[in-house]
Amino acid sequence: MSEEFKLEIVNPEKSFLSKEDVAEVLVPAYEGDMGILKDHISIISFLKPGILKVFSKSGEDKYYVEDGIIEFKDNTLSILTSSIFNLDKIDRSYVSQSLSETEKLLSKEDLDDQSRFLISQKIDVLKSISSN
Amino acid sequence: MASLDDLKKRITSVKSTQKITKAMKMVAAAKLKKAQENAEKGRPYSEKMNNIILNLSNGISDKENAPKLLAGTGQDKVHLCVVLTSDRGLCGGFNSNIIKKAKAYFSKMASEGKNFKIITVGSKGNDQLKRQYNDKIVERISFKDSKNVNFFDAEKVSKMIIESFQKNEFDVCTIFYNKFKNVITQIPQAQQIIPLKSSDTKKEDEKDNYEFEPEEDEILGNLLPKNISTQIFKAMLENSASEQGSRMSAMDNATRNAGEMVDKLTIQYNRSRQAAITKELIEIISGAESL
Repeated sequence: MSEEFKLEIVNPEKSFLSKEDVAEVLVPAYEGDMGILKDHISIISFLKPGILKVFSKSGEDKYYVEDGIIEFKDNTLSILTSSIFNLDKIDRSYVSQSLSETEKLLSKEDLDDQSRFLISQKIDVLKSISSN
Repeated sequence: MASLDDLKKRITSVKSTQKITKAMKMVAAAKLKKAQENAEKGRPYSEKMNNIILNLSNGISDKENAPKLLAGTGQDKVHLCVVLTSDRGLCGGFNSNIIKKAKAYFSKMASEGKNFKIITVGSKGNDQLKRQYNDKIVERISFKDSKNVNFFDAEKVSKMIIESFQKNEFDVCTIFYNKFKNVITQIPQAQQIIPLKSSDTKKEDEKDNYEFEPEEDEILGNLLPKNISTQIFKAMLENSASEQGSRMSAMDNATRNAGEMVDKLTIQYNRSRQAAITKELIEIISGAESL
């Protein structure tokens, strides 16, 4: 029996990626990274900024996501996100620009704990991308 | 009767108008294809988002403490109306249809003694509404500078709405836009986005069992603002497809009318030219006879 399931990544503008032969997806969920395999229980969660890894027959793909919601149901994983980039094709200048913008945000005083956490997450990920 | 010269001038002027409308029709047709594609591509996102929210709101146990964006403030006094129109004219009844729908809603509100505020998106809607409802318009937004509909613009609008909601400035929010059905039909829509209407809630026995991480409330709190952006974005996409479709058919009609007018004027021109020739001949003949 095959151990593959379907993955759909959707942008507001278009369908970003659709794959039928995914073995495992590693998502940066809000409460920690989460690996999703076939026959996972139905789940809804949302994402924090991080690296999304997709393992399939054709190899491993990495994406950088800034936010999003995931839904797993009937062996279909749907990821709704407004900003996702393929890590191999990501624009270096975008990373550094986004990094400096996010750092500016962190210096603001009136942040609640949740957004502070999300922003520092974003900075960590962006830093690790730009250092690679 | 107009002189030959006048008729000639009119024919040329109608012909050049026809050229313009023809060109506009072509441009609208090209843009329509793209806008339609975009609207279709954007549909999966908003549909999925809607599904997830439905599942979530079904799963929520404590309806009393549900986030206000879902449940509403419990009051029905102040309505916020977001009227989405185009920035350009010459698109038939496109803008007027939305405005008509919105105005009907306004007068209903007024007769029920409810207060309302208006946000206009797109300059044409502002132009038509400011005469009658200038004091009600709280915000005027125009995306003239951005070439295509993009998600950031939708997010700007939704941020504004959510901020004003959190300040308790209104209880119910409705958006007005044209839904694209096909090139000749666009249906003006009024869609309530705050509080969320769950008219198509699934039946109890179809309820899915989901695991939530973190808790439902927290996910909902995060998701609902996004849903508002998504709904507005969807409305903007539908609107831009409708605008192009409407413009295309309006320009098509204009081109055809101009063609008919040119035909009529040409016949008139020829007749009066012949009349002038006949008159001259009669003059010559009767002049020769009298000699």
